[in-house]
Amino acid sequence: MSALDTPPVTTLDLDAQGLRAVNSALQAAPDGARFAVAGPGGRHAIAAGLHAAIEVDVLGHAGYYCAGMNQAATVRVHGNAGVGVAENMMSGRVEVHGSAGQSAGATAHGGLLVVEGDAAARCAISLKGADVVVKGSVGHATGFMAQTGRIVVFGDAGPALGDSIYETRIYVRGTAEDLGADCVAKEMRDEHRAELAALLAAAGAGDADPGDFRRYGSARTLYHWQAP
Amino acid sequence: MCGIAGLFARSPAVERELGALLAGMLEQLADRGPDSAGVALYRDPVPAGAAKLSLLRSGPEREDWAALAERLGGATVLADHGDHAILRVAGDAGDARTWLSEHAIDVSVIASGQAIELHKRTGRPSALLDGCGIRAMSATHGLGHTRMATESRVTTAGSHPFSTGEDLCLVHNGSLSNHNRVRRELRRRGIRFATDNDSEVAAGYLTWRLLEGDTLAQALEASLEDLDGFFTFAVGTRDGFAVLRDPIACKPAVMAQTADWVAMASEFRAIATLPGAADAEVWEPEPARVYSWSREGVTA
Repeated sequence: MSALDTPPVTTLDLDAQGLRAVNSALQAAPDGARFAVAGPGGRHAIAAGLHAAIEVDVLGHAGYYCAGMNQAATVRVHGNAGVGVAENMMSGRVEVHGSAGQSAGATAHGGLLVVEGDAAARCAISLKGADVVVKGSVGHATGFMAQTGRIVVFGDAGPALGDSIYETRIYVRGTAEDLGADCVAKEMRDEHRAELAALLAAAGAGDADPGDFRRYGSARTLYHWQAP
Repeated sequence: MCGIAGLFARSPAVERELGALLAGMLEQLADRGPDSAGVALYRDPVPAGAAKLSLLRSGPEREDWAALAERLGGATVLADHGDHAILRVAGDAGDARTWLSEHAIDVSVIASGQAIELHKRTGRPSALLDGCGIRAMSATHGLGHTRMATESRVTTAGSHPFSTGEDLCLVHNGSLSNHNRVRRELRRRGIRFATDNDSEVAAGYLTWRLLEGDTLAQALEASLEDLDGFFTFAVGTRDGFAVLRDPIACKPAVMAQTADWVAMASEFRAIATLPGAADAEVWEPEPARVYSWSREGVTA
């Protein structure tokens, strides 16, 4: 697409228009539309429920469930995001250009969540197929019961990483001192280095070296009942 | 659910506006708990040898606070809000408490100290904020709470903040699961409780630890061992306030600071109402870590 084909950015103002009107406008927009959302003020559910390939820049800090249930859209938060950013995302891309609160990317099925800062506790809890890349550190119980998809952490992981994890693969560059139940460090094979390199490139961190990361996943001992 | 907010002034301008700013924060959190509201403001400290009492009448009749002040001997009414009042007494707060417990059994002391003034009432925050003129008050710092009752009845006595000692008070978002056992233990050790509220037990616990010689930080650290349940606590002190979340940290908390103020709240939207919030440093307090603000700055 040439610059001439790029549609102009429509600015929506949450203070002036209110959340419902702004979200309705975003949800009705066709593929390719571009928006800037001003005055987020920590409101909840900003840009939730989008289902077209539009671009949304949120100009400030967002509250809970920002870009929740996202499909196809690209949402960039130029600030921090509260609890549950991109929760249950199906596809598309969500970027937080600050830190994320608890349960970032919870239960997300697809798409990519990139957090430039830290993510708090329970990041990617019950992940169901999305990719979550956190360029800072993550809080406790990250990847709790995560089923599939990938989690990448540039910094350190808090206690109980990957507790009761299923088949999600976790890559951590910093330290993960305390692994949760049934989560173990695993060998980095070529296929994992290739997978991680692609994820890093997708998250705009292609210069990071996949060889600096360790892989964690399920020991699969909780899959079957073990008689005592 | 419940919502909590704290604001600490670092500039004279914010000090002058503190009541209005804290009120604005609390109104943003009203959806988290419309049952009751409470505000503790630290303002106009009285000199040593005098004390301020925040008093609540439990009976249905209106208290004649001026007459009570006269009977108390040398006390003056600083603020009369009908159901509750702020009195200044000459001498020791403990003596006044004793006198009140013997001569005014329908009146309870909900806070005492040099600087603290505590207001609480059932209903939405705006009713308390307007009814008590909170928005016009200056203060060095303050705490607010908006309650969604889960563990005990909706009454003024069961509303937050709860006093935990001289110039100390506590607000709580969460629920404690072992409060009955801890209350029994603390009663054996001489701590008195006015309600069956779980948060009052947390306040009583801190009071007990402080009486045992703990610093506030030590008392909060100890609470991580002894209190079972979900909590984000904010504790107001003479010089500032402290914040603690339980190790699981299900209950939200956000902190922020600029050159002019430091703030904590259940949600960022409360902090977003403050001047300069867009450029503030904002972070989420870590679980099981004591943060405190005082005149000396932030420590954690």
